[in-house]
Amino acid sequence: MADDDTKTPLLDQLEEGPWPSFVTEIKRAGTKSPVCGDLLGQLEQSYAEKKGHWKHGGIVGVLGYGGGVIGRYSDLPEKYPNVAHFHTMRVNQPAGWFYTSDAIRTLCDIWEEHGSGLTNMHGSTGDIVFLGTRTDQLEPAFKKLTAAGFDLGGSGSSMRTPSCCVGQARCEWACYDTMALCDDLTRSYQDELHRPPFPYKFKIKCSGCPNDCVASIARADLSIIGTWKGEIQQDAGAIAEYAASGLDIQKDVCDRCPTRCMTYERGTLTIENRECVRCMHCINVMPKALGPGTERGATILIGAKAPIVQGALLSSVLVPFVPAEELAETIKELLKRVWEFWDEYGKNRERIGELIQRVGLANFLDAIGLDPVPEMVSAPRDNPFIFYQTDGDGH
Amino acid sequence: MATATAKRITDIGPPHYEKFLHPVVKKNYGTWRYHENIQPGVLCHVAESGDRIYTVRAGSPRLLSVQTLRQFADLADRYADGYLRFTSRHNVEFLLSDREQIAPLVGALAELGFPVGGTNNAISNIVHTQGWVHCHSAATDASGIVKAVMDVLYDRFTHENLPAKLRIALACCLNMCGAVHCSDIAILGVHRRAPKVNHETLPRTCEVPTLIASCPTGAIRPATVAEKASVEVVQEQCMFCGNCYTVCPSMPLNDPENDGLSIWVGGKVSNARSAPAFSKLAIPFIPNNPPRWPEVVDAVVNIVDVYARHARKFERMGEWIARIGWPRFFELTGIPFTRYHLDDFKHAGLSYARSTHIRL
Repeated sequence: MADDDTKTPLLDQLEEGPWPSFVTEIKRAGTKSPVCGDLLGQLEQSYAEKKGHWKHGGIVGVLGYGGGVIGRYSDLPEKYPNVAHFHTMRVNQPAGWFYTSDAIRTLCDIWEEHGSGLTNMHGSTGDIVFLGTRTDQLEPAFKKLTAAGFDLGGSGSSMRTPSCCVGQARCEWACYDTMALCDDLTRSYQDELHRPPFPYKFKIKCSGCPNDCVASIARADLSIIGTWKGEIQQDAGAIAEYAASGLDIQKDVCDRCPTRCMTYERGTLTIENRECVRCMHCINVMPKALGPGTERGATILIGAKAPIVQGALLSSVLVPFVPAEELAETIKELLKRVWEFWDEYGKNRERIGELIQRVGLANFLDAIGLDPVPEMVSAPRDNPFIFYQTDGDGH
Repeated sequence: MATATAKRITDIGPPHYEKFLHPVVKKNYGTWRYHENIQPGVLCHVAESGDRIYTVRAGSPRLLSVQTLRQFADLADRYADGYLRFTSRHNVEFLLSDREQIAPLVGALAELGFPVGGTNNAISNIVHTQGWVHCHSAATDASGIVKAVMDVLYDRFTHENLPAKLRIALACCLNMCGAVHCSDIAILGVHRRAPKVNHETLPRTCEVPTLIASCPTGAIRPATVAEKASVEVVQEQCMFCGNCYTVCPSMPLNDPENDGLSIWVGGKVSNARSAPAFSKLAIPFIPNNPPRWPEVVDAVVNIVDVYARHARKFERMGEWIARIGWPRFFELTGIPFTRYHLDDFKHAGLSYARSTHIRL
């Protein structure tokens, strides 16, 4: 390339300012990798033309896997030959995104040798994303990764890499062991993760409490959100400490409670636990004084997705409470039935949430063998067009 | 290292997390009692045993070179017994057993250009997608806008001075790899012109029935062009979702002059106080203006500033708007309300005002 082509006046403006710069990162990787110069060149052209220059993905991968690699090709391969192929490898992250410095260095060494040296830590779904390599480097990179104990994540119509919050590793609110569950599910469904068996993607996210730090209710086909039964744990001494430090417990805690289930009078906090919806506000404000109850488990919800194809959905309640120790088994049994139904009735690129919308929750529950309960709805129907069943008693 | 003759290893899953846990984390796993805030970006978790683990959180551009990752590894070795992790919002976290190491680590991060913050009532890092760096369907770049916005909101990352937490996310098209649809502020790349059918390549690259079925509004019809099976797009039925392009590369809809951004507000994921909610449309369109997208930055900063001035303690963006009402939101932010704010897809009627509860 001529010198003029290596200039990136537009992108250089994104090296200014206090926030760390991705342009600087690409240039840093470029000191070792010739790929990055062409990446910058093509990106500069995109900035000048306000248009992307990547072609629609192609099917590439490692032997025996139907996912985990996203094919990417430049539409200007003659001008930017080093990014003619620029495939992404999705590498399954360890649960909770924990690493040792040595593990990070191992990943870096592999990707410096077999790819661009550019990563995302992490992709939106949770994988370690290795950005940019050639088709002939996929298999060698994969071999090094597996030798180091890493494996690829999901893509396409496969189960996607499950993810979880930090859970019991560093959070007092985790109502079940999110990392253990996430790891267990990931290992149990290696085939579903690596060999696309479904009508479309399927995401599982494990959050330890209703704060939902991995956004499972917005992003996961199966959302597992920690919760508890019984009384919120209280530490009277710590409540007094918060009051003494200036926290207005009536105003900032009780008055913000969505069900007004608590009162604070003469230094005593009284909670009507039956009215509590486990929203977490009071616990968030006074972590030292309040904690989730001791009978812990999770709510299982189903169906969240982004807009494509039939509109965005939040997950909705499928099982209101499963005790922590029964979670793994319950979920695996549920998934078996859910996937069977989806496999039979789901249309191409129809997520499970869309299928439930199409056939109705009642039919879906029939198919997976669950009884309807009032916790599943915000309110019973208000529309009187009821499909009364003519066979059986229908109630 | 594996040799050419070694058995091919597959389906092993990720390394087990246990070997990556700091000894203090491992010892106190599942027995954490509470946490305290030391300073913005620094948390202290206290276990029932009395042990403490300190977390130092730093923002990153998400797109990281191996050189920078090795620097993080070196910092972990020097200050954090060799342990680090990442958050769901692309921050890096160092786990320290020694409180004395916090200040030196924060200093070392500052020297390398990585700000410490993003906790509690600060703006955390922006969850975002690939954009022009690596995606074929992007209506905009992701990293560039994130950089430009975070440069200006930098102090909101390093200080916890908002009424509540504020989560910004960016997706560069409606596929929403970043699932931005439940964010306090969502920046969403949009296309505004129907795909231009490439009749020459379509017959050999795409399956016509699958392509027709991919359109949620039925805007794609079979057509014969130059004696070859192809399709045509009913322009007025297209809502620019791009699903057809995902299943068929011969339906590109990138358009430099008409692609751009939209801004959505008031969504949340957490169940705290109010239920999780979708973000709602605030600004239907802002043109792409690289490299720093000043109109997008100004729009986001305006919304953040108005929110910071008017919301009450603990009110997330959507909770504040629910209290004051949408008319007041548009008035306070000076954002024009247009026909595009009226939903016209499925369940649209649910968003119409069906009461006389109007703040007049």
